[in-house]
Amino acid sequence: MHREDFPMLKQDIVYFDNGATSLKPQVMIDAMVDYYSNHTANIHRGDYDAAIKTDALYDEAREVVKNFIHAESSREIVFTSGMTDGMNRIVFGFMRHHLKAGDEVLISKAEHASCAIPWYVLQKELGIVVRSVPLDSEHQLTVSNLEAMITPRTKVISIAHITNVIGDVRDVVKIGEIAEKHHIYFVVDAAQSVSHVPVDVLEMKASFLVFSGHKMLGPTGVGVLYGKLSLLEEMKPLSYGGGMNEFFEATGEYDVREVPVRFEAGTPPIAEVIGLSRAIQYIESIGVLKIHAHEVELKNYLVSALSKIPNIVLYNKNSESGILAFNIRGVFSQDTAVYLNHYHIYIRAGNHCSKMLKDDLNIKNTCRVSMHLYNTKEDVDKLVCALKNSEDIFKIIL
Amino acid sequence: MERNLRQAIIVDHYQNPYHKGLVEDKDSCYIRNNTNSLSCIDNVDIMYKIKDDVIEDIYFDGEACAISTSATSIMIRTLIGKTVEEAQKYLENYEAMIEEKPYDAELLGELNAYEEIYLQPNRKKCAMLPFESLKKVLGEEKWKK
Repeated sequence: MHREDFPMLKQDIVYFDNGATSLKPQVMIDAMVDYYSNHTANIHRGDYDAAIKTDALYDEAREVVKNFIHAESSREIVFTSGMTDGMNRIVFGFMRHHLKAGDEVLISKAEHASCAIPWYVLQKELGIVVRSVPLDSEHQLTVSNLEAMITPRTKVISIAHITNVIGDVRDVVKIGEIAEKHHIYFVVDAAQSVSHVPVDVLEMKASFLVFSGHKMLGPTGVGVLYGKLSLLEEMKPLSYGGGMNEFFEATGEYDVREVPVRFEAGTPPIAEVIGLSRAIQYIESIGVLKIHAHEVELKNYLVSALSKIPNIVLYNKNSESGILAFNIRGVFSQDTAVYLNHYHIYIRAGNHCSKMLKDDLNIKNTCRVSMHLYNTKEDVDKLVCALKNSEDIFKIIL
Repeated sequence: MERNLRQAIIVDHYQNPYHKGLVEDKDSCYIRNNTNSLSCIDNVDIMYKIKDDVIEDIYFDGEACAISTSATSIMIRTLIGKTVEEAQKYLENYEAMIEEKPYDAELLGELNAYEEIYLQPNRKKCAMLPFESLKKVLGEEKWKK
């Protein structure tokens, strides 16, 4: 769908690495170029036309994000540098001051490094206990497995909405209900879900939710941290400086401004915020549900074709997203990626920053296809054809 | 070296690697080195037994691409029985070859299979992987003990 909107696709490539970063639509690029070409100005400090226009676009972006994820107030939207930044702010700006030794945090082995390591740091620092919910035979997280892990010491559930290797769509609405019932903070990593499935922070009763701009057709260097207003009021900034202070004196006295401005010290990524806002408007013009249906249809088409090739191993054929992990039997994933690159097919090889998943998959590295709205059946056909004829792989890559 | 021969050597060592599988080091006479490079996903453990300036034994294990695995296998087969000084010479010449500098092709034998790896700059690290490990081990004092 809408391939003509993406300048990268003017090249003869098949882009299947959307889990790493997505391609960018021209309207998003234009919005950023417009800022740099026509109204460059810092925000919230200029009284000239360009500054006024930039202020308006920046403030509008918060509103656009708020509506997109169904938050109650735009004050619940903090612009960050990306999902990793958002997670670190939650763990070190909020949880560090709200958890104590013995408190339990539930994650899973399928979580991304940025949603695991900060917790392990806190485990070392505070003596909290990070526990992994066992995955089922398809490496998915089930609500019943998660619920069975809850104890009176459980204070946080921190999971991805969609995981980046297995691609299972977690039942965040049900999990949110359980979290609320047990008075547990619910932290959601939406990096792989936002723009692929509807994200509704109220429906999932999320305490916090984070995502990056660049995986959802937006620019690199910007992300979003959503937090319930009452929780953000209790969160401490990790950066101090201009723009976020109410006052400061030579005596050392200072005070911070209101939420969310207090979390955006220094000049924010203005062009990127404007780009992100434009990307969201573009996604909304197409419809997230339509994107999801398209990706699932393509994945099923791919799974059905690859299942017929004897030397292909599939790891997650049943998950309902556009993510498929596979290997050619006897071939290291990186060699497969180099081979596919020969045909201008871009996929990702490796552990995908989910290094704990190897315990569950019994394999450290996989090839990953991850889709977005612009992928087509022709893309899938090209991939299947290359994999079907891969017996001479070493002759091609060596 | 002909392209076909290069491919055959690499594939043979990838599919039938020499000394793959770590040994039980009861007497702690091996130096173990893990080479989990930052930019790629190869993760290989190499165990070296060096005694009286002679490399007596090397084993390796791990998951790696065809180039890293085969280069490790060939390095091991080449270096067992060589002195540390000779190993240094292999290391210097091999690295020179990868970096397109003058080197002694005659000395390198099967290692010449990587003579054109510079044409794929992103694979140079794969080819260097076992030799980076060797460089690290020989650069430390441990082997002298």
